[in-house]
Amino acid sequence: MAETGASSQTNPMRWLVVATPYLWLLLFFVAPFLIIVKISLSDTAIAMPPYTPNFTGFAALGEFLSELDFDNYQFLTEDPLYINAYLSSLRIAAISTLLLLLIGYPMALAMARAPTTIRPTLMMMVILPFWTSFLIRVYAWIGILKPEGLLTLLLQTIGLMGPDQQVQIYRTDTAVFIGIVYSYLPFMVLPLYAALEKMDGTLLEAASDLGCPPWKAFWKITFPLSMPGVIAGALICFIPITGEFVIPDLLGGAQTLMIGKTLWTEFFGNRDWPLASAVAVLLLLALIVPIVIFQKQQQKVG
Amino acid sequence: MAKSLGPVKRKFSPWTEPSATPFIRFEDITKRYGDFVAVDNLTLDIYEREFFSLLGPSGCGKTTLMRMLAGFEEPTSGRILLQGKDLSGTPPYKRPTNMMFQSYALFPHMSVEKNITFGLEQDGLAKADIAARVEEMLKLVKLESFAKRKPAQLSGGQRQRVALARSLAKRPKVLLLDEPLGALDRKLREETQFELMDIQHTLGLTFLIVTHDQEEAMTVSDRIAVMDKGVVMQVATPAEIYEAPNSRYVAEFIGDINILECSMVGQPRPSLLAGHPPHTTLDSQGLMIGVEQDCKAGVGEQVAFAIRPEKVRISLDPPADGTANAVHGEVWDIGYLGDFSVFLVKLDDGRILRAAQANVSRLVDRPITFGDRVWLTWSVDAGLVLTR
Repeated sequence: MAETGASSQTNPMRWLVVATPYLWLLLFFVAPFLIIVKISLSDTAIAMPPYTPNFTGFAALGEFLSELDFDNYQFLTEDPLYINAYLSSLRIAAISTLLLLLIGYPMALAMARAPTTIRPTLMMMVILPFWTSFLIRVYAWIGILKPEGLLTLLLQTIGLMGPDQQVQIYRTDTAVFIGIVYSYLPFMVLPLYAALEKMDGTLLEAASDLGCPPWKAFWKITFPLSMPGVIAGALICFIPITGEFVIPDLLGGAQTLMIGKTLWTEFFGNRDWPLASAVAVLLLLALIVPIVIFQKQQQKVG
Repeated sequence: MAKSLGPVKRKFSPWTEPSATPFIRFEDITKRYGDFVAVDNLTLDIYEREFFSLLGPSGCGKTTLMRMLAGFEEPTSGRILLQGKDLSGTPPYKRPTNMMFQSYALFPHMSVEKNITFGLEQDGLAKADIAARVEEMLKLVKLESFAKRKPAQLSGGQRQRVALARSLAKRPKVLLLDEPLGALDRKLREETQFELMDIQHTLGLTFLIVTHDQEEAMTVSDRIAVMDKGVVMQVATPAEIYEAPNSRYVAEFIGDINILECSMVGQPRPSLLAGHPPHTTLDSQGLMIGVEQDCKAGVGEQVAFAIRPEKVRISLDPPADGTANAVHGEVWDIGYLGDFSVFLVKLDDGRILRAAQANVSRLVDRPITFGDRVWLTWSVDAGLVLTR
């Protein structure tokens, strides 16, 4: 034991390996985040950069700090637009995640139960859309969903819709859900597949042997054992969907309120960087706090 | 051949009674996977309260046969009867069999207690009855204090007990055990074998065990079916399988045995001693061997003479005149096993015979050692002639 302790102190390579991820996080997560927190505490200015105060050196640190305030955060609580945008984002993310689970679970299960020879092909088919730009795929949905789009054409051709009728999906919440579910499906399917694929098949045989019919065994054995995959998939989808900007912007209507879109407007439309930063910081907290609480809970259970 | 063993006294031997109806009957069962024939037109009867073993090397079809009884596989042709009822098309969850899996297949997200409760809940038993049964099962496998643990928090031996308790909890008509003790170390395995026999006796259930471990099969079984390539080679009690194997395959699969290629010398002639089977003489490359056995092979036909090493006596002194079977050789190698020593003796014609001797006295230096000229002898009822 003493020997290994000594070697870990003397071996700089060991430290480098351990420190690399921390350095990465420090450089690309903590530092940018601190900058955003700082901007969120600043005031708007018609200048370059469009906020004050600016950090001018350690000499004027006291003055610099004294000019920072929480005005932007206060403003966010006063204008119902922001609270509504947050709530609407969470609602859309929650519904989308549920839809993703409902569609993704059977897909992942079918993949995991498929013969081992065709599993790589199925996996490829799930991953294949990634080879095209995300933006192009969302634009493709515009072409499908717009009133004179492919869906209308299809329904008219097969006679489900009269020649004077058109589908009214584009620029609605429905279109946003379609776009989100389509775009995020691989992120739901892959963790679910990973969890289901490593499940021991004899467990289901054992359940059946003990008198449990297959549908019941699914809820008693398969589903509980796939919970890590369900949680991972749900988090991987829920978090970015809450902050989603492109899909609601391209497919959603004026009434589709999402915090990502609001943030974009504040930043690029109003050029109010400090307020936009405050929105971003609150979004992060709104997502991180429940996840941390959840993980603590899981650790206690485990 | 069983006659040569003398009068057989058994308390439990329904298979010898023609009137007894089998509890489980495999009837002309064939199972094919594509071109591969896993089980080939197999018929087998198992009786109530029997501890029955399917023994064979991996890939011989023993596990497939068991899985067909459990309902995980359907036979390609033939049928399986349980108490006269055809099981075809009955899903596993409706069959009155329970299985103890080789991997134990314990539900990792459930406690020991919940694992055992699982099967009972499916039957819709009253809560109090379930609790009582679980307690009884935990007591049976001596795991009372581990009820709340998860399988991951148990040792291999404890998991094996949970698996046993879980499969016994529903009081199945037949308990299927798939290589149940494979993962345990030798000492624990031996203990568990005796416990299994106790449990089977106490609960009065029919046990069907699949194993490739011949010692395990010998210890626990009432009868053993030795299988090879989807076919049953012999079904008999452990003693019959060991002392009177019906083929070279069975003889070589179970225990250690010397096999000498021989040809028949004349027809078997009646024994001079009353009540003894006829006497057969064999010629093995000039070595004449006498066997008390009525051998059906024709004169000059190639047969095998088989004799277990412990039935071959080894001595430094020449045998008395008139000794039936004696051969001279040189000690080639010695395997000291503690309880036994195995001598590999090179005969003058170059062939090697094995003789085992119980080490009855506490001597570190054995009288017989490497290079000694020794005599090997065996009585006329010690070996047997195998015609296939």
